[in-house]
Amino acid sequence: MADSHVDWFENIGLAQRTEVGGKGGSLGELVRAGHPVPPGFVVRTGAFERHIEALERQAPLRGAVERLDPDDLDALRIACGALRERVESAPLPPEVELEVLAAHAQLCSQGVATVAVRSSATTEDAVDASFAGLQDTYLWVRGAREVLHKVRSCWASLYSVDSVSYRLRKQFPEREVAMAVVVQAMVDARTAGVMFTRSPTSGDRSVITIEGAWGLGSAVVSGEVTPDRWVLGKITGEITRRDISPKLIRHVPGDSGVEEQPVPQDMRSQPSLNDEELQALRNVGRAVERHYGCPQDIEWAVDKAGRIQLLQSRPETVWASKQAVPVARAADNPLHHVMTIFGGKR
Amino acid sequence: MSNSAGFPLPSSLKVVPGTEQAQAAYPYYTQFAPEDDQRFWFYNSMHFPEPMSAFDMVTAEAAYCALGAANTRVHCLPTTLGIDHRIINGRVYIGGNAVTDPAQIASRTAEFNQRAMYYYANWEKLYTQWKQKMLQLIKDARALPTPVLPELEPLEHVRAGRGVASNHYLLDTYQRTLEGYFRMWHHHFEFLLLGYGAYMTLFAFCKKAFPEISDQTVSRMVAGIDAEIFRPDEELRRLARCAVELGVDGHFREGVSAQDVIRSLEGAGAAGRSWLEELDKSREPWFNVNVGDGFYHYHRAWNDDLSLPFAGLPGYVRRVRAGERIERPLDKLQEGGRQLIADYRELLSSDEERAAYDQIITLAHRVFPYVEGHKFYCEHWYTNLFFNKIREFGALLAQNGFFASADDVFQLTHYELEAAIIDLMSAWSNGSAPRGPAHWPQRVAERRAAIAQWAKHETPPALGPVPEVIDDPAIVMLWGITRESLDEWLKAGTGADSNEIRGFAASSGVVEGPARLVRSVQEISKLQPGDILVCQVTNPTWTPVFQKIAAAVSDIGGSMSHAAIVAREFGLPAVVGTGSATTRIRDGQRIRVDGGRGIVTLLG
Repeated sequence: MADSHVDWFENIGLAQRTEVGGKGGSLGELVRAGHPVPPGFVVRTGAFERHIEALERQAPLRGAVERLDPDDLDALRIACGALRERVESAPLPPEVELEVLAAHAQLCSQGVATVAVRSSATTEDAVDASFAGLQDTYLWVRGAREVLHKVRSCWASLYSVDSVSYRLRKQFPEREVAMAVVVQAMVDARTAGVMFTRSPTSGDRSVITIEGAWGLGSAVVSGEVTPDRWVLGKITGEITRRDISPKLIRHVPGDSGVEEQPVPQDMRSQPSLNDEELQALRNVGRAVERHYGCPQDIEWAVDKAGRIQLLQSRPETVWASKQAVPVARAADNPLHHVMTIFGGKR
Repeated sequence: MSNSAGFPLPSSLKVVPGTEQAQAAYPYYTQFAPEDDQRFWFYNSMHFPEPMSAFDMVTAEAAYCALGAANTRVHCLPTTLGIDHRIINGRVYIGGNAVTDPAQIASRTAEFNQRAMYYYANWEKLYTQWKQKMLQLIKDARALPTPVLPELEPLEHVRAGRGVASNHYLLDTYQRTLEGYFRMWHHHFEFLLLGYGAYMTLFAFCKKAFPEISDQTVSRMVAGIDAEIFRPDEELRRLARCAVELGVDGHFREGVSAQDVIRSLEGAGAAGRSWLEELDKSREPWFNVNVGDGFYHYHRAWNDDLSLPFAGLPGYVRRVRAGERIERPLDKLQEGGRQLIADYRELLSSDEERAAYDQIITLAHRVFPYVEGHKFYCEHWYTNLFFNKIREFGALLAQNGFFASADDVFQLTHYELEAAIIDLMSAWSNGSAPRGPAHWPQRVAERRAAIAQWAKHETPPALGPVPEVIDDPAIVMLWGITRESLDEWLKAGTGADSNEIRGFAASSGVVEGPARLVRSVQEISKLQPGDILVCQVTNPTWTPVFQKIAAAVSDIGGSMSHAAIVAREFGLPAVVGTGSATTRIRDGQRIRVDGGRGIVTLLG
């Protein structure tokens, strides 16, 4: 499928990052490592380039961006609005459209009715972290036409005011801007949230922090609900903290995408995960971390049948970027380690 | 917390009215003096949770003499000397002597390097030697004769030309008994601080590398699987299996006393006799464990009071009958420990750290058999022999009218006891009446009454000004006292009306159930399946009852105590070292034990 514009998760990995983006590559890695991931495919960056190229033929696009002044907000707003509109409304190159439709039809034939359409950027991790937030994700997308539309919407989000001014300030060459798009079966989550395979507060690598709330993960990620929070020993499984929050709302699938809904009274103060599920998540988190060789920041969901699904995994960046001083170094005479206790703190 | 914050001064702590005579019985050097107001003291509730009788105070004295000698003059710990103790209202307060002068620390470090480091370098050899010394000491203690005064010196002594009469041997035996006890404590501390130090080194490393690691996880990395202290319980499991194999298991029923079980087995033919022979095999030496920590004369050994081990037998028998394998899965436990070490190793951030971890773990493993094993020989086996020998003197003195019962002897200090023995020796030799019977009964009554009074009065957890920092490794290691824990204590004094009791998280899990207060071994039989044990000290010798309880809560004990380890093996939630569980929880009250967080919640 080397020339094609679409790749299934099971055929890709982070090695193809430049063509499938960080999110797509990482989902591929997870699938290939045997983890539960909702099925899906990636629209490769080549498709985006075709689309932009077609637009360039009508009128300059990349050059138009590079000429903008990041400090002239009014001009920026007007220009970006127009660019976004162009990217979003132009039909997909026909060969891309055919492939996306075929792949989507195949997903539907597996019983998938709704999908998430998510941006998958190709930039490096450090940039990714702040960049990714500027790009769009569409949940609960129904029907082939709508999928095609949302793929263009993801691409168009590269031309938002924030995204463009970010690139201009970083003097990021427009030639290198590319985006892959993930199309993935939507999980009708009973509970969803995030998991860090280290402590976000102390950086401790021996614990796993899990945050979760009722419904779709978007409520947690957007901060609209204070999630329940647990801290587990990564190795021991011991649950050392259980902070159960009153969860007043949840995100649920509705007729037109995601809807906010009040949580039934009796569920509000109930923990959104039971101990068995916490342990299962811990095992998954540990395995994913081992696969990547470094602590991870994982998005997960538990479906109505209680099955865990992974929606994303990326390296933890905050603590990883701190220069770690070794706790201790090997001593010529191993006995001298005891001086940390007996030698006094002076 | 401001620097002016502090605990009451020793001089403001008053002797409970009406107990002044009993207080005066304790030696002059243990009474608080005005200059003691300048120093920080804390109540050693970990070792001495109840008011101490006049005789039992010998343990504090012997232990601190030996601990101080090892720290100050034998190994020369750089930043600490020994520990002073004071007694008021039967409570033992202790204060450390830190070394803060940099020049002195430097010179002591040089000494430490050639003394303590020699011990670390030759640990295995010295520890093997230590065990032989302890076994010899135990043998010597067992060889001490029972004190008796015959009406006339036996004729064979005359014919053998012994020349020394029986009354002299009373004093001789007493002095040798006391001498052996003081000597034993030197051996107890010969390795202890060094052993804890190596363990604390691992602890400090792990806390730095993994800030949120629990104390129990670190202790699991080093806990021995086959330490001596597990043996008594293992013997019980063996005996339960024997009972089933011999077909005498029907004799072990809940609520039947040890005496009645033994009597029924004696009448149960060859099989019954075989089981009793097996019991005898287990009893020496493994039933020489006492039901406390060895610091009170009334913490009797299994061998002296079979009610505790026999309380555990019916449960084990039932499980054997049900086809369960009740022997501890040693291979699995060992493999679990190895895996734990390897798993944490993998999480370290560099090979450099891993190399240091390997060195530190190796050292901790080398020293840990001593840290775990010494208690069996010292606090249990030897201490039982010691208190039982003193009890024999009590019996002799009681026969001669000094006391109403043998146990009254423990109301005398060890000096007073020597005086009473000399009184009796003199009277025997002179053919006159001893003075003791007119002297002691009133004092014994007075002191017993005083202890009862003292037990009703709460005593402050600490006295005197709070030090800026607590950097004394002995205090931190043995008592877990840090500046932070003192601040907690100060806060606790300001309002303790919450329904939560905090302690060390010893074994995780959350359980709700009825609390059963067990104040002494005699009350063990109150425990029903599903009860939450609430007691002052959880002790490894209580292991057999852990099979029927739902959780355990104690006033004293650390997260690396054997009780915590046993609770983890049974998978029971446990909170230890709460300080106040037995005073704040009512018998039968519903409580929730969260062993992972170290919190007990009072529900009803």
